Amino acid sequence: MDITATKPRFDWQKRRFLLIEGAIVLVFVLLLIFVIPQFLVSIGQAFRVNLLGRYLALAIVALGIDIIWGYTGILSLGHGLFFALGGYALAMYLQLQPNGQLPDFFSLYGVTELPAFWQPFSSLPFTIFAAVAIPTIVAAVLGYLVFRNRIRGVYFAILTQAALIVFFNLFNGQQKLINGTNGLKTDTATIFGQPAGSAAVQWSFYVLTVVLLAGAYALCRWLTSGRLGRLLIAIRDDEPRVRFTGYNPTAFKVLVFAASAGLAGVAGALYTVQSGIITPKVMDIAFSIEMVIWVAVGGRASLVGAILGTLVVNFAKSFLSEKFPEVWLFFQGALFLIVVMVLPGGLIGWLRTHGLDYSRTLLRGKQRVTTYPSLEEDPDVEYERQDLTNRKSDG
Amino acid sequence: MLSGLLDGIFSGISIGSVLLLAALGLAIVFGLMGVINMAHGELMMLGAYTTFMVQNVFKSFGGAWFELYIFFALIAAFVVTALFGLVLERGVIRYLYGRPLETLLATWGVSLILQQFVRSVSWVLVIGIVLFCLLFFGALKLLSRRPDFDRIRNWVIAIMLPLSAAIALVTGIVVGQVYKLTVTKPWFGAQNVDVTAPKWLRGGLPIGGFQLSYVRIFIMVLTIACVVAIYLFLNRSTWGLRMRSVTQNRSMSACLGIPTQKVDALTFAIGSGLAGIAGCAVSLLGSVGPNTGQNYIVDTFMVVVVGGVGKLVGSIVAALVIGTTTYLIGSGVLANLLAPIQPLADFFTFFATTSMAKVLVFALIIVFLQFRPAGLFPQKGRTVDA
Repeated sequence: MDITATKPRFDWQKRRFLLIEGAIVLVFVLLLIFVIPQFLVSIGQAFRVNLLGRYLALAIVALGIDIIWGYTGILSLGHGLFFALGGYALAMYLQLQPNGQLPDFFSLYGVTELPAFWQPFSSLPFTIFAAVAIPTIVAAVLGYLVFRNRIRGVYFAILTQAALIVFFNLFNGQQKLINGTNGLKTDTATIFGQPAGSAAVQWSFYVLTVVLLAGAYALCRWLTSGRLGRLLIAIRDDEPRVRFTGYNPTAFKVLVFAASAGLAGVAGALYTVQSGIITPKVMDIAFSIEMVIWVAVGGRASLVGAILGTLVVNFAKSFLSEKFPEVWLFFQGALFLIVVMVLPGGLIGWLRTHGLDYSRTLLRGKQRVTTYPSLEEDPDVEYERQDLTNRKSDG
Repeated sequence: MLSGLLDGIFSGISIGSVLLLAALGLAIVFGLMGVINMAHGELMMLGAYTTFMVQNVFKSFGGAWFELYIFFALIAAFVVTALFGLVLERGVIRYLYGRPLETLLATWGVSLILQQFVRSVSWVLVIGIVLFCLLFFGALKLLSRRPDFDRIRNWVIAIMLPLSAAIALVTGIVVGQVYKLTVTKPWFGAQNVDVTAPKWLRGGLPIGGFQLSYVRIFIMVLTIACVVAIYLFLNRSTWGLRMRSVTQNRSMSACLGIPTQKVDALTFAIGSGLAGIAGCAVSLLGSVGPNTGQNYIVDTFMVVVVGGVGKLVGSIVAALVIGTTTYLIGSGVLANLLAPIQPLADFFTFFATTSMAKVLVFALIIVFLQFRPAGLFPQKGRTVDA
């Protein structure tokens, strides 16, 4: 049989929605760059701008986690690893500025020559490439070796956690190579002849973060729409069936895992320059699981939810740990429990399912009747319904 | 040379037995319910703190009692953590069956709460929590007798939750103001606490050139006793039979009249209790802090992953192999042994610290999983790849 591919008709409706979405994103970008920082400065909270920049960088990781967990159903508890790899790449470049001299800390350990793997990081283009490529490659190799054997679910989660521990040990123990526990400082370094800690440079990093977040959003939006997106959701919902219909889930899972690791690398680099230091502590198990909870709070399988959740949880964290440092862990633990047990869809998921109804009820003061009034009043129907709900709550 | 290897193997086995003791409860729970309990390490910590408290009580008895406290501590640790596990299962985990990833996150939340709880537990906190539970659950219990409870349930929760929390909070603050430090002082605080081993456990047994400490021997014996007890329980008792059948096929067991919910609760309680015993053992090896549990989780998970689900023997072999390999590489014994072959020796010298040994062992585990993705002793049958 001859199958000729027909070019799909140009879809005006779809295009219009895309344009509207693009416009909304643009408005938010402009708001984040021009309005919100001015507002924060005007109320005397200038340091919050830096915090906001950091949290926006973290939102990029959250996007990455959302595409693997929310859409594909792969739970990674080791994204701190990719985050750290991106961060270390940029920090190494900054340590080598302005002219590729030996970073100071090496003299503490009696190292006189730059280790070989530091050499390429004196060039900026390579560093930018590496901050994305190294996490991507590590994730692709790890993902291929694991997914190939159909290891998934909790097993995969545990293995990513173990990988995290391994890299933590590697970075933590190698003082002569990468300054061990002390990490690499970036705020004292110079970039393009300017100190990286200065206000002007920090501001440009903030703008860069906002722009890259929008870019990451676009990338994730593209990945999760269309055929690929539907395939990812199919893998999440029933992987064996996807396999039986002739797809090879391994390739797609590796692809999306690597993409999410690349995003984590970008986020790590941006976070590092804004916080001024990177240490192996970012490869703490707790931090990587925290990333998952940002996505869960905002709403799985919703890109806006991932960004929203990151901002909400992190600002709550900074607020609570300033005021009541003891309460934060209790609060975080409770957050995990609540999100899993009461709000499995997160904030956005709740808004989608119940929020609209509730707001309607509040506005009109009356519940919307979902069936015919005659049925509502029919005692037989009422009895059946009661019976059904009872049975549901039993089983 | 030979004595070095012997030393390495003995120490490795003793590390492996701690690992096995810690992983045993996890393996049973994971095998039966497919649930990863991230709070397992914190349950161990709870067991260790229970040991600490029992030790303090027996110290006040003095003399001969103190020499025997460890046995009472073992029982107390088991009971406390098993009860906590039971509450955890009934309160949280049973709502999440069939959603293993969500369970993982929920238990992580529990582990965070436990860590902070141990740091800041004081009389005020205990009073507050008890008061809150009494008010909230008491009100629910009372109101659940009403015929229209289902309809007003959400309202009751929405009103009673903040109300009882507020009452508990105010009471806590008032009690704290009145009695000051006697009630607000944390029991343990954020620092580590030390458990002193009884006199007969100090020192060691000299074998050849090295000493095998009595504590290590005690832990090995304890591990063997636990494994034997679990084996007998699983294979000789009625509930053990039920547990095995639920592990193999849950829905079929339910059809044949096995109360799977009770089996789940029992299994989780026993698994948690084993964590408590492991915590008691760990407290003998060094000081115990709120973060003690974190050091063990990943290692014990590795044991479960390598061992495979559903068979005890898998966990035993995996724990001993991982323990011995980590020690042999980490202590540099292997590097010394391979000294004649220069490049190999250099290679192993690079990995000759405890943390670097873990790096190599993890790489080996990944390689191993390429050949045996389901672990050493996988469950056979068609239902495995659901």
